[in-house]
Amino acid sequence: MSAHHGPAKGITRWLYTTNHKDIGTLYLWFSFAMFLLGGAFALVIRAELFEPGLQIIEPEFFNQMTTMHGLIMVFGAVMPAFVGLANWMIPLMIGAPDMALPRMNNWSFWILPFAFTMLTSTLFMDGGAPNFGWTFYAPLSTTYAPPSVTFFIFAVHIMGASSIMGSINIIATILNLRAPGMTLMKMPLFVWTWLITAYLLIAVMPVLAGVVTMMLMDIHFSTSFFDAAGGGDPVLFQHVFWFFGHPEVYIMILPAFGVISAIIPTFARKPLFGYASMVYATSSIAFLSFIVWAHHMFTVGMPVAGELFFMYATMLIAVPTGVKVFNWVTTMFRGSITFETPMLFSVAFVILFTIGGFSGLMLAIAPADFQYHDTYFVVAHFHYVLVPGAIFSIIAAVYYWLPKWCGNMYNETMGKAHFWTAFVGLNLTFFPMHFSGLAGMPRRIPDYNMMFADWNMLSSIGAFFFGASQLLFLFNVIATIRNGRKASDQVWENPEGLEWTLPSPAPYHTFTAPPKIG
Amino acid sequence: MQFCMLLNRVSGFFQRIKKPTTWSLALLFTLLSQQSFSVDVDRWQYNMTEGVTPVSRDVYGLHMDIFWWCVAIAVVVFGVMFYTMIVHRKANGAKASNFHESTLLEIIWTVVPFVILIIMAVPATKSLINIYDHKEGDMDILITGYQWKWKYDYIGSDVSYFSSLSTPQNQIRNMSTKGVNYLLEVDEPLVIPIKKKIRFLITANDVIHSWWVPDFAVKRDAIPGYINETWAFVDEPGTYRGQCAELCGKNHGFMPIVVEALPQAEYDTWLAAKQAETLKLQELTNQTFTFDELYTQGETVYNNVCAACHQVNGEGIPPMFPSIAGSKIATGAINGHLDIIVNGSKNNPAMRSFSGELSEVDIAAVITYQRNSWGNNMGDSVQPIDILRFKESGGE
Ligand code: HEC
Ligand code: HEM
Ligand SMILES: [Cu+2]
Ligand SMILES: [Cu+2]
Repeated sequence: MSAHHGPAKGITRWLYTTNHKDIGTLYLWFSFAMFLLGGAFALVIRAELFEPGLQIIEPEFFNQMTTMHGLIMVFGAVMPAFVGLANWMIPLMIGAPDMALPRMNNWSFWILPFAFTMLTSTLFMDGGAPNFGWTFYAPLSTTYAPPSVTFFIFAVHIMGASSIMGSINIIATILNLRAPGMTLMKMPLFVWTWLITAYLLIAVMPVLAGVVTMMLMDIHFSTSFFDAAGGGDPVLFQHVFWFFGHPEVYIMILPAFGVISAIIPTFARKPLFGYASMVYATSSIAFLSFIVWAHHMFTVGMPVAGELFFMYATMLIAVPTGVKVFNWVTTMFRGSITFETPMLFSVAFVILFTIGGFSGLMLAIAPADFQYHDTYFVVAHFHYVLVPGAIFSIIAAVYYWLPKWCGNMYNETMGKAHFWTAFVGLNLTFFPMHFSGLAGMPRRIPDYNMMFADWNMLSSIGAFFFGASQLLFLFNVIATIRNGRKASDQVWENPEGLEWTLPSPAPYHTFTAPPKIG
Repeated sequence: MQFCMLLNRVSGFFQRIKKPTTWSLALLFTLLSQQSFSVDVDRWQYNMTEGVTPVSRDVYGLHMDIFWWCVAIAVVVFGVMFYTMIVHRKANGAKASNFHESTLLEIIWTVVPFVILIIMAVPATKSLINIYDHKEGDMDILITGYQWKWKYDYIGSDVSYFSSLSTPQNQIRNMSTKGVNYLLEVDEPLVIPIKKKIRFLITANDVIHSWWVPDFAVKRDAIPGYINETWAFVDEPGTYRGQCAELCGKNHGFMPIVVEALPQAEYDTWLAAKQAETLKLQELTNQTFTFDELYTQGETVYNNVCAACHQVNGEGIPPMFPSIAGSKIATGAINGHLDIIVNGSKNNPAMRSFSGELSEVDIAAVITYQRNSWGNNMGDSVQPIDILRFKESGGE
């Protein structure tokens, strides 16, 4: 059917490709490379924090490492991985031949390597890389920033453009290219969560672009948006940043919800519980995520009415989040459960993400947040929602769909080994951070008093363990692609979804004629 | 040529990570010296402090309440989950049922959490309103964050001073054993009386900092252009330690806070002594000092205040912080040197004005020191009164 349309040969296949599968692959490999790079920076941080005293790096460089780690993980590892999954899976799930805007798809991927090369190159510049944290609060990031901040700003602009194009493409695809009979309420949850995420992205990426542009003006054109001495307002920066930033954290988790909602039913051999309520919960989370941003700013001195409003709204967001968790647990209930690697990662997701949700709930209590804010307790919270949350869901997705992508089955033993080492490493790394934070250790410091020493040493050991475990993942994936055992078309036992009606590996062009939806 | 520059950059980058021999030795040394702190330090601390103010105890209560709610929910949710993971396994012969909807369940697990949240929101609201009650305090202290130290102004008296880290560099560099209060000790603590409502007015001079003392449950951002208010009512005398809680640049990890809470009588004695000291300092301004007196004093000031950026060896960290050794300004006309310290640099805010921060005596001393150290050999000196004249002549 598509013999004359196979992939081109050599490097041009990847440079010029407009094929959703190729682009999905590019995104996934790129994000894995960024994951390793950001992870290397994290290990530098953890090595310095292994024990009290300055041993390995100087405080100035430490700040560059925390900043680059955060930026690369958020914008380079998590977001592109989900876009990669969207590229691969959305057309397969809704029975579309490709993404709606294939040329833009190519462009939105290929500008990313430039953005991250530019960002990483700042490490080699005079004055060093950005050193003001991934939240880049002004005036530390404007008046007091190293010269490389300009490159940071342009890199963020490019990442934003890429995300916006990616989102437009996803929305256009979902709304226009569904196979006949694939009504909205029949779409897999992964498609739903991505549809909602794409709207969030289109809403907030321009806000991020706006705030970095204001920084650019302050730095180079003598405006004073954020400079108190010129009549500007440093708190305005934080409001604008978190108006982007809080929806951003949901951008990183909603697609994960979609992945987990696909995997758990397969291995519980039971349909997803409460499909409709999952859709409504996702939508309400998306809505609420726009009105909670100032919970990151409880200590800036807002009026008490503001504190109360943001406290209540934040507590409220826990409700739909809870609904999701209850639905997954009920999906498993009275199923016939097996624990293949994707399921292990998904079950760990549910448990550990919920722990992250609990600490989120604690942080929502504004008076208590006065103690938690900017300590390791917050670091523990967001790593619990991001690592066993976003990252685990991505890993689960790779194990789950890899046989469909490359036609070969991964090695189950190695997959399980990867899971258990990652699971132990992660908890060893991040659980003690709750304690060091409560004991009073601020975040973003290169050195600390000995009373925090024991927890930090555990965290550092765990971090190296977790890091090493990811090499196993890399090895397993490469071994699978090169010479894994052939996978069947269904791969799993009666999984639901159009993607499983295709042969494994999925041909270069699929659903050129729309499938019949039963 | 270009390629060499690139190589240079890359190797410069890796030099920022110290040589493996250096750091593995450093690691080993600290590992061995851990024994030296194990006795005095409160290790394995895992929970928030209850603190020493009514507000901090209240906050601790909220923290524990919400924590136990989370534990309760966790027991139920994870309980069901583990039950189902053990019992409903295919390996145990479990057959999958097919139920996938229940409006009743959905309503229950929306309403129950909602109710729990309301139960939590009520006390949280009460404490928040209490914390925000900054009506008239018994005394006001203006706290200003600087890169990287705190300034305390006792409003209504002319007492005002800076408070900065006093941990010696050789402890940080692992060359000597770390003290119990490693990185949590300052040259001059904030002193306050107990059993008084003390209002803190918090602001910053350069970037954002955050003034945090866990024992008071007080954490408030210090923001340039804003004055934030908060307060504490301390019950027990003691020394309470905290740290800056907002990333504020290179030495963010090195700007601790120490508060000494004293009974009223002792506090009064301290305040009187401090006021006398201030008066004495004003008199000193009119005194003439010898070169050696200025030089010695200048060395202390330099190492405490300037070395954070310009480094003890005077060589700075170019290009961020210029070298003073051989610098055009420090080996040029004396007025230019005075100007950059009194008024700060016009080109780079990192070199701020030190005129409010250092006394005339200290400025005179540090200038004398800089002009005659690390190979700078000007042979001249300035007197405190020169600084005063410079300021009065419109230097400021
Ligand atoms: C926060 C970092 C910082 C601290 C602390 C600091 N400086 Fe500076 N200093 C700078 C920077 C940055 C410049 C460069 C200013 C410029 O480019 O105009 C500078 C420039 C100078 C110069 C001019 C050097 C030249 O020839 O260009 C002198 C003199 C100087 N500082 C003296 C001092 C003294 C005295 C102190 C202590 C009282 C001090 N500095 C503390 C950052 C600092
Ligand atoms: C139950 C839902 C959640 C609640 C109630 C919640 C609440 C909070 C609060 C109040 C803070 C601010 C803490 C502080 O700085 O003092 C915070 C920080 C953070 N949260 Fe959450 N959160 C939730 C879920 C999530 C999710 C799903 C993610 C991402 C996947 C996330 C990522 C983050 C991040 C990255 C930060 C720290 C940002 C920074 O300061 O660098 N949270 N959360
Ligand atoms: Cu948030
Ligand atoms: Cu700080």
